Amino acid sequence: MWKWLHPYANPEVSYHFTGKILPWLSAIAAILLLIGIVWALAFAPPDYQQGDSFRIFYVHVPAASLSMGIYLGMAIAAFTSLVWQFKLADATAAAMAPVGAVFTAIALITGAAWGKPMWGTWWIWDARLTSELILLFLYLGVIALHNAFEDKNLAGKAAGILTLVGSINLPIIKYSVEWWNTLHQGATLSKLGKPSMSLEMLWPFILCFLGFALLAGVVICIRFRSEILNRNSIRPWVRTLVLAQTPLPTNKSTENN
Amino acid sequence: MSNEQNMKLATLSYRAVFSLVLKRDLTIAMRHKDDIINPLLFFVIVITLFPLGIGPEAQTLSRIAPGIIWVAALLATLLSLDRLFKSDHDDGSLEQMLLSPQPVFILVLAKIVAHWLITGLPLILIAPLLAVLLHLNEQSYGALMLTLLLGTPVLSLLGAIGVALTVGIKKGGVLLSLLVLPLYIPVLIFATSAIDTAALGLPYSGQLAIIAALFFGSLTLAPFAVAAALKVSTS
Amino acid sequence: MIPLSVSILTAVDNTTIKSTTTNKRPVDQLLLSAHNLTCIREERLLFDRLSIKINAGDIVQVEGPNGSGKTSLLRILAGLSQPFEGEVFFNNQLIHHAHEEFHQSLLYLGHLPGVKGEMSATENLSFNLALHGLTHNAVDIEKILTQVNLTGFEDSLASHLSAGQHRRISLARLYQSTAKIWILDEPFTAIDKQGVHALEQLFKAHIEQGGCVIFTSHQDLLTVAPEQIKTITLDYLDE
Repeated sequence: MWKWLHPYANPEVSYHFTGKILPWLSAIAAILLLIGIVWALAFAPPDYQQGDSFRIFYVHVPAASLSMGIYLGMAIAAFTSLVWQFKLADATAAAMAPVGAVFTAIALITGAAWGKPMWGTWWIWDARLTSELILLFLYLGVIALHNAFEDKNLAGKAAGILTLVGSINLPIIKYSVEWWNTLHQGATLSKLGKPSMSLEMLWPFILCFLGFALLAGVVICIRFRSEILNRNSIRPWVRTLVLAQTPLPTNKSTENN
Repeated sequence: MSNEQNMKLATLSYRAVFSLVLKRDLTIAMRHKDDIINPLLFFVIVITLFPLGIGPEAQTLSRIAPGIIWVAALLATLLSLDRLFKSDHDDGSLEQMLLSPQPVFILVLAKIVAHWLITGLPLILIAPLLAVLLHLNEQSYGALMLTLLLGTPVLSLLGAIGVALTVGIKKGGVLLSLLVLPLYIPVLIFATSAIDTAALGLPYSGQLAIIAALFFGSLTLAPFAVAAALKVSTS
Repeated sequence: MIPLSVSILTAVDNTTIKSTTTNKRPVDQLLLSAHNLTCIREERLLFDRLSIKINAGDIVQVEGPNGSGKTSLLRILAGLSQPFEGEVFFNNQLIHHAHEEFHQSLLYLGHLPGVKGEMSATENLSFNLALHGLTHNAVDIEKILTQVNLTGFEDSLASHLSAGQHRRISLARLYQSTAKIWILDEPFTAIDKQGVHALEQLFKAHIEQGGCVIFTSHQDLLTVAPEQIKTITLDYLDE
């Protein structure tokens, strides 16, 4: 069942494979984002209730969904790594964590910025915003744990266990926060993130969403490649690669001087 | 040299292994009472700080009492978590436990239960006294005790995962709180809500049921996560 | 830059040839084997594709300067650490697939004695034996503690004892071990001459009963003939 995956389990093969698809991925992401953002910000009709401030959703919603999606991806990677001892999965999870954290932060900031004109305050203990905040804590915990280990193989395993524990906890946290929110504030304010959209709004939204998703993919890909190099620095293929791509150290030092 | 093998290798039952480790940890704790008393003192002091910071009005205090008691309990547990594996890791006995033929999750479970008996139980016993200081609503005492009884084991179980992950790291203390506190949020929410609901004279069995579910869930899953984490931390 | 050179060692190939056959010993029986172990610590290659076979009756000394990976190798063989690549087998099974059997046959003593200061020598030893599934009574414990020269200290808390005495509490387990594989990291540190001698006698008795000993030490064994000892030399990779 896993046989077709086998060639990609080799770090060298996956390094070169990702190197090949990276330019294509980046180009598509750039085009989608460019069209999507311009369309969304300049041409899409304003919301009849919220006016132009509604446009922040074109960033907020993709960022929020991706922040959850990337955590799910990390959990799957951590699971494969722990169960099948699949080392590249560790590298994937390590590559994903900071990207997910950044998207979570973007979702939080854009959510707060949207709240200012809507609610008249930068922060409100809205259920979605609160869960995003806690998700950010979970991400930061995984990143901090990963950084605390000097041995990157151990770091990957430890962060993997934490990610899995977090992924079991996340739905419980989300549920409890939503429950807490309705208990204390009523459901009136938790409209953030679910606007009803017309078609003219939907198309740029889809483009933005795909663009951001691909952007996340591109950044994860780049980070994944550097994780591979880091973990395999002892391997001959990495050494030849590095020697071929960097000028001789002697040249470098003279340039710096 | 007389080296006759007069000892027999016996397969211990789970219960025997459990009580062996539990007894050992309790013995050590009884001879090292600071570990029991200090988190308790911390709990008391943190709770006395709140009226000083907020003001002595009984109404305000009784409104926020559940939250204060529970947040202080989280922090006190966090403070005491270190002793769960740290000293065993530093003197090599943790390695020996992992290398024993006994199933690791039983060893881990015994240590967590010992930790709860040493730190969670005293916390529960002293909580009503502190609730008096905070003018907790009279109808809420039952809910306070029940939530602490069901909730503090969850804190020990989830905390054990965090300690197991950070025990090999030199300055793991702050990191531990970053890892563990977000996981404590559901317990905090449902426990304080149960106490608040009880103050209104309404039934709070729903919240209790959820905390009980959290308890059984973490009881079954946490020992395995801890066992896996300890293997990473000791290598 | 990290040096690129590949292979480092080893006396392993020689040692398998060198392994002596004494008539007392049972037929060669493979106890523990490692296949293609590679270990990387802090971006340094400690050993690369190291394969070892350890039979019943072997005494294996792991040699090498500080930082050459002796402890890492012992920990990998004991299953405490994972190698970067490679596997360790016990009874033709991967060691982490044979948790219980392997751990029943293994006695590992690391740098740290694993002695709790809050418990007495008797309590420490008793717990250690029970944890490893050895039934015993108070008389057994007293006898062993006498053998490791801790008479008179049986009931004092370990925190009042010296480092050498801690070491002896942990070594005491060797006197009543049913484990075939002994993996000992620097067992001779902090014990006196007499203790070293007693330990060597234990090694001899152990291999005669079909066990094996894998240990690291900066000193040579005195009473065991050198040709009876296999050595694994881990060479430090210089820049």
